[in-house]
Amino acid sequence: MDREQYNQVIKAIGKRDLFAQGDEAYAYGALLAGCRFFAGYPITPATETAEVMSLLLPRVGGTHIQMEDEIASMGAVIGASLAGVKSMTVTSGPGFSLMQENIGYACMVEAPCVVVDVQRSGPSTGQPTEPSQGDIMQARWGSHGDYEIIALSPNSVQESLNLTIECFNHSERYRNPVLLMTDGEVGHMREGITIPDYGEYEVHEREKPRKPAGEYVPFLPEEGKVPRIADFGCGYHTYLTGLTHKPSGLPATDDAAVHTRLVTRLARKSPKILTSSPELKNSTWTTLRPPSSVTGSPLEQLRMRLRSCVPKVGKSAIFD
Amino acid sequence: MKRNDRIRREYLSRFANRSYFMQGDESVAYGSLYAGCDFFAGYPITPASEVAEVMSAELPRVDGYYIQMEDELASLSAVIGAVWAGAKAMTATSGPGFSLMQENIGYAVMTETPCVIVNVQRSGPSTGQATKPAQGDIMQARWGTHGDHEIIALAPNSVQECFDLAIEAFNLSEEYRTPVIILMDGEVGHMREKITMPPVDKVKIRERKLTTGDELLFGGELIPPMAEFGIGRFIHVTGSTHKESGIRDVESQQAHHTLVTRLCKKIADNRDRIIRFEESCLEDADFAVVSYGATARPAAGAVLRARSEDKKVGMLRLITIWPFPESKVRELGARVRKIFVPEMNLGQLSREVERFVGCEVVSIPKIGGIAHTIDEIYSALKGEV
Amino acid sequence: MRTEIRIAGFGGQGVVLAGLLLGEAAIRDGKQAVQTQSYGPESRGGAARSEVLISDEKIDYPKVIEADVLVALSQEAFDKFRPFVKENGAVIIDRDLVKVKEDRLRSVPFTKMADTLGKKVVANSVMLGYLVASTRVISAESMQAVIREKVPKHTIDLNLQAFDKGIEFWRQER
Repeated sequence: MDREQYNQVIKAIGKRDLFAQGDEAYAYGALLAGCRFFAGYPITPATETAEVMSLLLPRVGGTHIQMEDEIASMGAVIGASLAGVKSMTVTSGPGFSLMQENIGYACMVEAPCVVVDVQRSGPSTGQPTEPSQGDIMQARWGSHGDYEIIALSPNSVQESLNLTIECFNHSERYRNPVLLMTDGEVGHMREGITIPDYGEYEVHEREKPRKPAGEYVPFLPEEGKVPRIADFGCGYHTYLTGLTHKPSGLPATDDAAVHTRLVTRLARKSPKILTSSPELKNSTWTTLRPPSSVTGSPLEQLRMRLRSCVPKVGKSAIFD
Repeated sequence: MKRNDRIRREYLSRFANRSYFMQGDESVAYGSLYAGCDFFAGYPITPASEVAEVMSAELPRVDGYYIQMEDELASLSAVIGAVWAGAKAMTATSGPGFSLMQENIGYAVMTETPCVIVNVQRSGPSTGQATKPAQGDIMQARWGTHGDHEIIALAPNSVQECFDLAIEAFNLSEEYRTPVIILMDGEVGHMREKITMPPVDKVKIRERKLTTGDELLFGGELIPPMAEFGIGRFIHVTGSTHKESGIRDVESQQAHHTLVTRLCKKIADNRDRIIRFEESCLEDADFAVVSYGATARPAAGAVLRARSEDKKVGMLRLITIWPFPESKVRELGARVRKIFVPEMNLGQLSREVERFVGCEVVSIPKIGGIAHTIDEIYSALKGEV
Repeated sequence: MRTEIRIAGFGGQGVVLAGLLLGEAAIRDGKQAVQTQSYGPESRGGAARSEVLISDEKIDYPKVIEADVLVALSQEAFDKFRPFVKENGAVIIDRDLVKVKEDRLRSVPFTKMADTLGKKVVANSVMLGYLVASTRVISAESMQAVIREKVPKHTIDLNLQAFDKGIEFWRQER
C-alpha cells in the first residue's frame, strides 16, 4: 500500500470525514488495508458493505463479484487470496453457517482472508433486520475438526474501520482467515468517522518467499510457524489441498504424525497474538490490554472490552 | 398408526433375536429402521456411506424412501420436508458434510422439526484425513449453526449401542420436537461387532404428537404438537421468527424472545430426563476419567489397569454429550482430585468439563486418525495419580 | 482367551473382507469378535489393514495390542507390523510379496496359489484357509458357511476351492 494507492482510495471514497454506517466502514477499512477483491451474496444487515465495495473496488483497480451463494463467495475469496490479492467477504448468520466448510478449508490451506459477520437475530432466518450477538461461539466452533480462529469485535463505526484493517493485518501475518464479529447494531449505526492519514496506520503486506522457486517448500515455514505464500502464477510450484498434507503440500492422509504436526502448527501459530502483535500494542486508536492487567476505576474497566479473543490450546498430557 | 407400519413390522420381524456381525454404520441404520425411520436423504462420504448403503437397500422393503441428493445441504432439506409430510427421517454424513448442513440444522431447530443427523466423525479440519476417525466435531455439534439454540447429541461406543442410540435418538427427536445428532466416530462406525436385534414389538417407540384439532403448532405449551402437510389444516412453517401460530413476526423483540427461550428451555429444562451416562469404579475414586465414544474403550482399559495397581481411578462415560451433564460433572469434580479427558481431538470436551469443576482437568488429546491405546491413556494417568 | 489377529497389505487384496469373514465366523462359533480396519483414500494400492479380536468374553478394547497372528501381504506391512507380534506369535507372509530372511515365519505363496485357480483376487481366501487350519481359533465349518453367505454368488465355489487350497497347503507343510 503506497501513497499513490492510498490517494486512489481516498479519491474513490470522496472525503476523509464521513458520516457512515458500520457496514460502510468495513468496506473503507478493507480498501485502506489493500483489499482488492470482494465476493459475496447479499444479506440483511450486511449488504451495504457489498454495495460500497461494488462501487469503489472498480475505481481502485479491484474486483467485486456477486456469487450465487455464500459457499461460492467464500470459495472465490480463498482463490483470489491465493492468487495474491487481499480478499474479503461479508455476510450474516445464515450465510455464515453456509461458509463454515470453506472457513475450515481456508484454515487448512492457510489462506489469509477476512470474513465479516454482521450478526442478526437467529437461529435460522430468525429476525433478518434485528441485531444480535448470537454467533460468537459459532465463530470459534462452526467448522468441523480442530482449528483456531482470530475474531475481533468493534463497538463503534470508527472502530469498525480500524479493526477491519487489523483483521487484514492479522490474516496476512498469521496466514489464517480472520473474522470480524460485528453486529447489526454497529453495522447499521451511523457515526462520524475520520479516515486515517497515510502512515497513520499500519498495513502488513504479504511476505513473499525468500527462497528461489526450486527450493521453496509451500508449507514449511522459513521462520516461526507461518509459511510464506507463493502466489499463484508467480512462477513457483505450489500445491493446495484441504486434505492433510506434508510441507510440500502433497496429501499424506495415512500418516498420523504428519496430521498431528500440521494441525498442531495451525492451532499454535497465532496464540501469542495478544502479546506480540505490534498493532495491538502500539495501535494509534486502540489500547488493548490483556484481561489480567485490567485495573483502575470501574469506569475504566467498563471501557476495557475484549476485542481480540484467541482461545487457548488445551493442556496436553501426551503431546506437549 | 402409519400407513407403512404393518409392512415395516412384518419385515423387521425376521431380524428378531438374531445376532449379526456388523459395522456401527450398519447398526445405526437398522436401529433407525426399528425406530420407524422411513425416509433417508444423504450424500456419500467416508466413513458414513455405509449408513446410506443399508438404507438404500432396506428402506424400499419397508415402504420407505431413499434418495441420494446432490449435496449435504439438499440432503438435510429433503429430510426436513419429509418430516413435515409425515415421515420419520434421517441423514448421515461426516465433517465436511456436517459443516454444509449447519444452516439447515438451525432451520430444523427453529421449525421444531424432529429428525436425526448421524455424523460419523473423521479427521479434520477440511477434508483432512478422509478415511481416519476423529472426535473433532464435538463443539461444532453444539455451536455450528448461528444463533442461540440447544441441541441433543449422543455418542455410542459400541456397535450394539449404535443400534440402541439410533432408536433413542428418534424417540428424543419426537419427544422434544428437535433435531438430534448421533455423534459417532469413524472408529465405531467402521468397527464390526456382534449385535443382537430385538423383536420389533419390544422396542419402545415414541410416536409423534400430532394436532387433534386447532392447537397452536409453535407455542402454547413447551412442546407443541405437530401437524402434517396435507391433512387439510393451514400450516405455516418458517425459519424466521414466528408467533405461536407459525406466522412470521420478524420485528417483535417479544416474539423472538418467547420463541427462542422456549426452544432452549424445552431441552435445558429436561436435561435430567435426556442425559444418560455410565459410571464405573467411581464410589471411592480419587481420580476420574471422563470419556465418550470410541475413546471410552481404551480409557476403560486404562482405568482397569490402574485399579489392578490399587490406584483409585474411576470412569464416567458420557452417552449424552449435549446437553452436557453439568450437574453430574460438577458433583464428580467436587469429590475427586483430578479429572482426565482423553479424546480424539485437541481437547474440546475437556474445556466443557473445566467449566463445571474446581479440580484440575488434564486433557489427553490425540489427533492424526489413530485412536488412543490403553498404554497411552494409562501412562498419562500414571504420571499424575 | 483373547486372540489378536492383524491382516495387513494393500487395497485390493481383500484384507478388510478377510477380517470381516474371520469375525463373522467367530460369532458363528459362539465367540465374541470385534473387527476394525484402516485404509487410505485409494480403492487400490494404498496401505490397508484389518484387525480381528476373538474372545470368549466381552471385548472392551477393540484394537490389537500385541498380535497373536500377523498376516503380512506386502513388504511395507511386514516392516511396519513385524515388531508388534507376541514373542510366540505367528507371522504369516505371502512369500512372493515379502522378501525377508527370518526363521519361523510361515511363508506361503497365497497369490501364486490363487493364480493357479484362475483368479488372483481369491488370494485372501487361500490365506483364510491357511490361517484357520494353522491357528484353529475358529472352525473351518463356520468359515466355509460364512464364505457361502458373504462372497458374491458366482464366486462362492472359487472362494471355497481357494479356502481348501489354503488348508491343504498347511497339511502338506506339516
